[in-house]
Amino acid sequence: MPIGQDQAANPFAQFRKTYFEECAELLDALQSHLERLVNGNADEETLHAIFRAVHSIKGGAGAFGFDGLVAFSHVLESLLDQIRDGKVAATHSVIQLLLRASDALADIVSAARDDRTMSAGFAADIVASLEDLLLGAPDQPIDTTVPVAPVQVSGEVRYRIGFTPHTEMLRNANEPLLLVRQLRRLGGLTIEVDTARVPPLATIEPEAAYLGWVYTLDTGAPQSAIREVFEFVEDDCDLTIDIVAAQLATNPTAPVTCTQAIAQPLVKNGEINAQPASPTQSIRVDVDKVDRLVNLVGEMVITQAMLTEQSSMLPIDQYPALIQGIEALAQSARELQESVMAIRAQPVKSIFARMPRVVRDLAATLGKEARIVTTGEATEIDKTVIEQLNDPLTHMIRNALDHGIEPPEVRTAAGKPRQGTIHLAAAQRSGRIVIEVSDDGHGIDRAKVLAKAQARGLVPPGAALSDEEIDNLIFLPAFSTADKVSNISGRGVGMDVVKRNVQSLGGRISVQSRLGAGSRFILSLPLTLAVLDGMIISVGKETYIIPLTAIIESLRPKPADIHPVVGRGDVLALRGEYVPLTYLHKRFSIADAISDPCRGIVIIVQSESAGRLGVVVDELLGQQQVVVKSLEVNYDPVEGISGATILGNGRVALILDIARLRDADCAARQEQVSEMARLH
Amino acid sequence: MQPATQSTVTTLTQDNRDRAAPGENTHQFITFTLGDEEYGIDIMVVREIKGWTNTTMIPNAPSHVRGVINLRGVIVPIFDLRARFGMGMTTPTNTHVVIIVATGTRTIGLLVDTVSDIISVDPAAIRPIPEMGLPTDDRFLSGLVALDDRMVTLVSLSGLFSSPTAGLDPAIDRQSSAQPARAA
Repeated sequence: MPIGQDQAANPFAQFRKTYFEECAELLDALQSHLERLVNGNADEETLHAIFRAVHSIKGGAGAFGFDGLVAFSHVLESLLDQIRDGKVAATHSVIQLLLRASDALADIVSAARDDRTMSAGFAADIVASLEDLLLGAPDQPIDTTVPVAPVQVSGEVRYRIGFTPHTEMLRNANEPLLLVRQLRRLGGLTIEVDTARVPPLATIEPEAAYLGWVYTLDTGAPQSAIREVFEFVEDDCDLTIDIVAAQLATNPTAPVTCTQAIAQPLVKNGEINAQPASPTQSIRVDVDKVDRLVNLVGEMVITQAMLTEQSSMLPIDQYPALIQGIEALAQSARELQESVMAIRAQPVKSIFARMPRVVRDLAATLGKEARIVTTGEATEIDKTVIEQLNDPLTHMIRNALDHGIEPPEVRTAAGKPRQGTIHLAAAQRSGRIVIEVSDDGHGIDRAKVLAKAQARGLVPPGAALSDEEIDNLIFLPAFSTADKVSNISGRGVGMDVVKRNVQSLGGRISVQSRLGAGSRFILSLPLTLAVLDGMIISVGKETYIIPLTAIIESLRPKPADIHPVVGRGDVLALRGEYVPLTYLHKRFSIADAISDPCRGIVIIVQSESAGRLGVVVDELLGQQQVVVKSLEVNYDPVEGISGATILGNGRVALILDIARLRDADCAARQEQVSEMARLH
Repeated sequence: MQPATQSTVTTLTQDNRDRAAPGENTHQFITFTLGDEEYGIDIMVVREIKGWTNTTMIPNAPSHVRGVINLRGVIVPIFDLRARFGMGMTTPTNTHVVIIVATGTRTIGLLVDTVSDIISVDPAAIRPIPEMGLPTDDRFLSGLVALDDRMVTLVSLSGLFSSPTAGLDPAIDRQSSAQPARAA
């Protein structure tokens, strides 16, 4: 209630919040379009999009009275306008300036959001450079790297040309498309097609011309030039040419109804393209609303599973309609769940788009030259995962630049291009998302890593490690190979934090490296944290879920394979390896469970932190996708339990936390518990 | 498998809260029984009252934690109030009742024998608990109310779960008595 009142009492705050949300999106768009410009794959629309983004930020800033923001974006906007009109060439240096300006713009926006004022001289050099370019802009268009539609500056006339071919026209070897192309050479053309004469399909004659067109042409050419276009078909068609409006110089895009626009509308001096960029394809929805929807659908799926379970006991011949209905419901429920999950999925673009700036800023600080190439930005991943991916990714990119990419002179000497390349790629592979950060730097220097690890006592001296094992040393806590501690990385909080973050998301991280050629870090993440593939197991009367990703195999061992280790419990001999066993019924104090692993089942699980472990349970009940619920919302964290879910029968089942199952010394833990019980 | 009973016995609405509100200064309590004793709990923390359903055990939890249930998709722990009061474990049947209460940010269930009444009490009429050396820790209790020929013991939710073995972090709990109920 109090929250609701606040929002009602201060709609301005709400608008302001919306504005800054929009700003974030606009800045992202600005960034990604600028990248296209940098990479040389820009088209005319790119410039328009850049212009629109800056213009929208400026517009909102004016409404909220952010004067500094208005002033800065105005200068930037003016320059963009000049570029769009072809009066300023989008050369390399200009694009670099635009990049710096957009970074500055992002800073000013975030300052405005946090009610900070920028220091007086902030970005003054950028503003000065922008203004220099503006002043130096010639009056006539010059060659640009980005093609801009030919512009006829004045004396244009809008013609409306009605062109209705007679049915015989095509048979006389006249091609309407050629006419359209000729008309386009005269100026901006909009076309409406008239399908009124098209007969029903059954009576259609393939060689007959049924379509008619109305062309709206803005041109400085005389009317005779238009007539010339139609010279050869004049006898085969009905042609009308009317002047709609003369002297269009100030309003080139007057509202015209058009069903099929072929040519781009003209862009004129200082005019914003009045044509909307694209129809609204998305709506802004509060995340809470989506979460509520996800929860509700989760409930529905559980209820549906319960119904299915109950109905399976009914004789199908007596209740055919009911059972069919429940099956249909199951189908719809599954589809509904998938669709709702898809709402929460976002393209990784939203975080990838922030990375070029990270590279730019850091490269400037380090005096290195680097560019970032991103692929697979459209890969979608659940928002819960995406939110927590930003920090690890930023860290990895910074690491690649700081430790991987060499200074330009070193690169040149090694026969590599001066500019290093960091490749950030995302792809979906078999139900997981894989993100790769690779660089063409010098790779991991294994001798150095090993020496450092030994110096820090992380590896016993004289130990023989494989290349892979040495590479993985960089994920150890408090490991850093930077010779000097810089404020960029090399403070010892590095890849271990990344690894922990990734693991907390249910992900894995690995590294491949070749000395001199570069390193490649590979992240593999679940598509969502809200749903998990689980193995349902039973111990006594209790039911638990083990995440399928943790399970390696399950088996019923022979008595000869079980060996007790004094003070450490039992181990299982498995193909020459000894795997420690955890008896779940002992660990969780469950009564009436099978205590002999040779009569129950041993599930071999693996977690990055705890290694291999054999979990002794009674039975495997089946495999199911479960909706993960938090236990900790209403209860304290439970050792060995990561969450809960609701099974088809409506009962709660707890999800095992494999990494924590063996964490504490089990025996000591048991004593503590029984002591607590006695005290009570 | 038997379907879990999910029938809600009573859901408190603003209506029946109003009906039982005669004076401005009175506090309302929901009364429930454990054996022959009658207890009261502040109505503002009570979310709903539902019949007993089987719970899922929480490993290595204190004995008064009966496990967790699925309350319309939310995982809610159930506490055996009799066990918490040191009067032995309840053997729940279909007639036993769970009072769902909100404590701070958490929602928990209290297993009791029956729910009997809604009473309005003038705060001045609440008597302190006399020192009696009872086995029950009197931090759980906030006062006594004489009601015609009955006596109702008022239960303090914050006292109930402030011990480290309760399964609920006391820091989270302390806000509960101060924070009035939000509209559900």
